[in-house]
Amino acid sequence: MKINVPHIAKLANLTISPQEESKLEKQLTEILTYVEKLKEVNLPAGKAGTSGAEETSQVTGLENITREDIAKDCELTQQEAISGSKSTHNGLFKVKGILVATSE
Amino acid sequence: MNLNQLTIAEAIKELKEKKFSSIDITKACLEQIKKHNYEINAFITVDEKGALEQAKIADKLASQGETWEAKPLLGIPIALKDIFLTKGLKTTAASKVLENYIPQYDATVTKKLKDAGAVILGKTNLDAWAHGSSGENSDFGATKNPWNKEYVPGGSSSGSAASLAADMCLASTGTDTGGSIRLPASFNNLVGLKPTYGRVSRYGIIAMASSLDTIGHFTKTVEDSAILLNVTAGSDPLDATTPGVEPQDYTKSIGKGVKGLKIGVPKEYFTGGLDSAIKDKVETAIKKLEELGVEIVEISLPNTEYAVSVYYIIMSSEVSSNLARYDGIRFGNDRSSFGEEAKRRIMLGTFTLSTGYYDAYYKKAMQVRTLIKQDFDKAFEKVDAIISPVSPTAPWKLGEKVNDPLKMYLSDIFTVTANLAGIPGLSVPAGFIRSASSGQAELPVGIQILGPQFSEEKLFQIGNAYEKSTDFYKQKPTL
Repeated sequence: MKINVPHIAKLANLTISPQEESKLEKQLTEILTYVEKLKEVNLPAGKAGTSGAEETSQVTGLENITREDIAKDCELTQQEAISGSKSTHNGLFKVKGILVATSE
Repeated sequence: MNLNQLTIAEAIKELKEKKFSSIDITKACLEQIKKHNYEINAFITVDEKGALEQAKIADKLASQGETWEAKPLLGIPIALKDIFLTKGLKTTAASKVLENYIPQYDATVTKKLKDAGAVILGKTNLDAWAHGSSGENSDFGATKNPWNKEYVPGGSSSGSAASLAADMCLASTGTDTGGSIRLPASFNNLVGLKPTYGRVSRYGIIAMASSLDTIGHFTKTVEDSAILLNVTAGSDPLDATTPGVEPQDYTKSIGKGVKGLKIGVPKEYFTGGLDSAIKDKVETAIKKLEELGVEIVEISLPNTEYAVSVYYIIMSSEVSSNLARYDGIRFGNDRSSFGEEAKRRIMLGTFTLSTGYYDAYYKKAMQVRTLIKQDFDKAFEKVDAIISPVSPTAPWKLGEKVNDPLKMYLSDIFTVTANLAGIPGLSVPAGFIRSASSGQAELPVGIQILGPQFSEEKLFQIGNAYEKSTDFYKQKPTL
């Protein structure tokens, strides 16, 4: 298994230096080679060609937990909500533009 | 005995009899922190002023007739892993990303502990974002093991374990995603509880891997662990994974004895890489339990050998998703501040979730997770609980595994299974060893007791009976 470190770094929005790149490639390849072990596992067969082993994502068996759709008083003031940000404007978070205007 | 060395149960008794005040105990803990934190590096933040204020309020409430039935931790100084949000008190997750983050609200557990009257001394060090088994991945420096400062204290709840072993607090909190409470508990001669998934609310605790994260604590005794779970357990409308199963009065399991219980010993946990000195200790513990009236049964958990692979795929996938939110816009620094291990896990998880690889890695891991869970379900049809080693080796020297992440990951081999199956585990002290891994140093070793989901009370029952027959917890490190 060869891992394309620059491509994955782009997906993960991380900046990786060239030194880090070669180190990560080696370490991630080692880890991925180890987890290849899972290929050995034969899952029990289910009905009509499906696998008999369901995926476990919620381990205590809870499903679709909902609550009444009633608005509650917000515990945070607007000022508290933005208190951790270095970039605010008129009580709002200020972010860089996503669409850049062009002259044409 | 110094006041900072008391157990919670002992301190409550003395506080009730007014032999001393919460201020006295809190000051004793703060004194110990001042004397030794510079060499142990257990705390990231010490809130001396806040702690003394809370202790003063606790003493005032006690003098006005407030009871320990209503506020079970009134005046008890504790430390919180620096991944539990504390309103107005810096919370870093030991990462440079959050080095200046001041939360605007308390985690549910923080709030419950405060409402129960606990005094919060400060925030303890950890592997950044709880990623690690040694405590060395902290962006604010490694924590040292109080039993021998050349050795790791275990992670990721490194500072919580070290601070308690060094008697800087009477108890501390932790999180356990793959062993992060049980491993450091065993490396520090402490009792560590990883509750059932969902038993304790995760709200306000910085998420690592959401389908595996559990919220527990470190104490000096099993009884203290039950006292704390009585405060923290329960459903929470703010965490949809907390089920409606009612918590019990866990202290009722203390002193019950273990006659007639059946305990399983999984043969797959005694092969390969297990240090022979640890094997001896676990076997001694098994004999002790037999003497106490337990019936020991050999069991099999056949999919154990796949657990580390399953864990590292699921965990890193969920890590990459949870850490995607840190963009430095609403709080914290931007993504260039992530440390080496966090980057490694984000990269691994992003890869296993990426197009073309999802089925082979994440989906397969979630299916094998089902098989691992079924292994436990089958075992618990035959036995009340399972006993096993916690770590395959004794604590290792600082620096020994930092350049070999795979070797570090394999130290979680006996603990990740409980997180994958969602079952509770209690790590209790089992003595001290000199071993191949620890060299000449004599270091603590623990055993873990695992039970079916929501069987915490049975784990306390077994742990307490074993602890009473051994008394290892009374031994203290020389600082």
